[in-house]
Amino acid sequence: MGLRTPLYQVHVASHAKIIDFGGWDMPLSYGSQLEEHHAVRRDAGLFDVSHMCVIDLGGPRVREMLRRLLANDVGRLTVPGGALYSCMLLPTGGVIDDLIAYFVSESWFRLVVNAGTRHKDLAWISEQARAFGVAVRERPELAMLAVQGPAARAKTASLLPAAQRAAALEIARFSAATLDSWFLARTGYTGEDGFEIMLPGEQAQALWRALLAQGIKPAGLGARDTLRLEAGMNLYGNDMDESRHPLESGLAWTVAFEPMERDFIGRDALLRARAQGGDRLVGLLLEGRGVLRNHQTVSAADGARLGEITSGTFSPTLNRAIALARIAPHAGARVMVDIRGQPHAARVVRPPFVRNGQVLIKSEPGDVQ
Amino acid sequence: MSDAKIPGDLKYSKSHEWIRSLPNGRVEVGITDHAQAALGDLVFVEVPQLDRKLAAGEACAVVESVKAASDVYSPVSGRVVARNEDLAQKPELLNSDPYGAGWMMRIELDPKAGAGALLEPAEYAQFLQESGE
Repeated sequence: MGLRTPLYQVHVASHAKIIDFGGWDMPLSYGSQLEEHHAVRRDAGLFDVSHMCVIDLGGPRVREMLRRLLANDVGRLTVPGGALYSCMLLPTGGVIDDLIAYFVSESWFRLVVNAGTRHKDLAWISEQARAFGVAVRERPELAMLAVQGPAARAKTASLLPAAQRAAALEIARFSAATLDSWFLARTGYTGEDGFEIMLPGEQAQALWRALLAQGIKPAGLGARDTLRLEAGMNLYGNDMDESRHPLESGLAWTVAFEPMERDFIGRDALLRARAQGGDRLVGLLLEGRGVLRNHQTVSAADGARLGEITSGTFSPTLNRAIALARIAPHAGARVMVDIRGQPHAARVVRPPFVRNGQVLIKSEPGDVQ
Repeated sequence: MSDAKIPGDLKYSKSHEWIRSLPNGRVEVGITDHAQAALGDLVFVEVPQLDRKLAAGEACAVVESVKAASDVYSPVSGRVVARNEDLAQKPELLNSDPYGAGWMMRIELDPKAGAGALLEPAEYAQFLQESGE
């Protein structure tokens, strides 16, 4: 038996297919994973993401500490409530984890890190925090629900009293606000608008039922994976890990080299890597039929190996296979992917594939419809 | 999975294919309700070429769900005489109607090959139960 969220019994009662995910017993789907995916793109879906690890950092030097700890710069967060996506790096530049940092107040930042990396993250963060006198407090008593989709915010806000409803709808993109015992963040992992709600675990079941009563569909980790991949969002452990740095993981946009004097952990290694150049993470769109899968080999037309797929799946929105792949910088616009020993043509594209319900990849004459 | 449908007029394999007897020494083959439920939403199906000769137990088709790819094994020896061309466009037929519109192929039995180790419906039901599925 793995770890269980406050919603585990609700999932079981809903006949969810339960799988192990990072040591947690989590719902894979409640029936059709494809329907759950479409519900999020077209209306609203509800995910239990209570396995994610919430860490509060407190103390007068917390901002200074995070400017050392993270490759992105929390100096960019100037308004309380602001959120920042960042990698946390080893001195080698390898990615310990990716996370979201929320600026709650000048003496309180909140991090949300991956469940599977919880132990090493807490150890690393605590080690770095010591020098700055920053208190590290995990918040395992908090549950986390993600409501995602074009109708997600309106349907969630309609549950709130009038005064809070207005406050909830005023939250800017990639920001958060505290409403009584809720921490309401306009963030997510699907490429759709919506909220991630952190709240005391004992309130989670009541909120879950209230959101379903709004017509929001429960969605599992299966749909969460196809949604994030369509949105071009990396998955830690697949698309990057401690052996890969952000610049070869499609995450250069999350590394703040400026200002030059900010000495974040991993900076020197990344500067060297940037000067050398290296592999890049790209999007792939399979031209014909089939499904792209993790670790399939990507080659040039002449058969020379270019790299491999780091995350592959079938895109329910595009109705074709898509992937993220780490390949050599000289790769052309068209590559071959080995599927069960047969080469299949794929186009190199720039992620995201889908955002806010819109397909961002244009089809071409060679594509099979 | 104990609620998986197991029609009484078919035979079954331990790798979760079903076999329907047709006239003239032919059979129709597909995957069972249990198999489609376990795989989840199917998004790609590859059925064997016409005239391909198959040995019993040979991997001859692939079904892929969003999550994973699985081989389908020929439960009998013979020659492929028909394949369900609808599955290329509508792989979801395997989920919605595994014993009907989701049939995969028809095989003309090799008269020289003996009857394989196929399961009766009650035996397949018991097999599912015993394997904890």
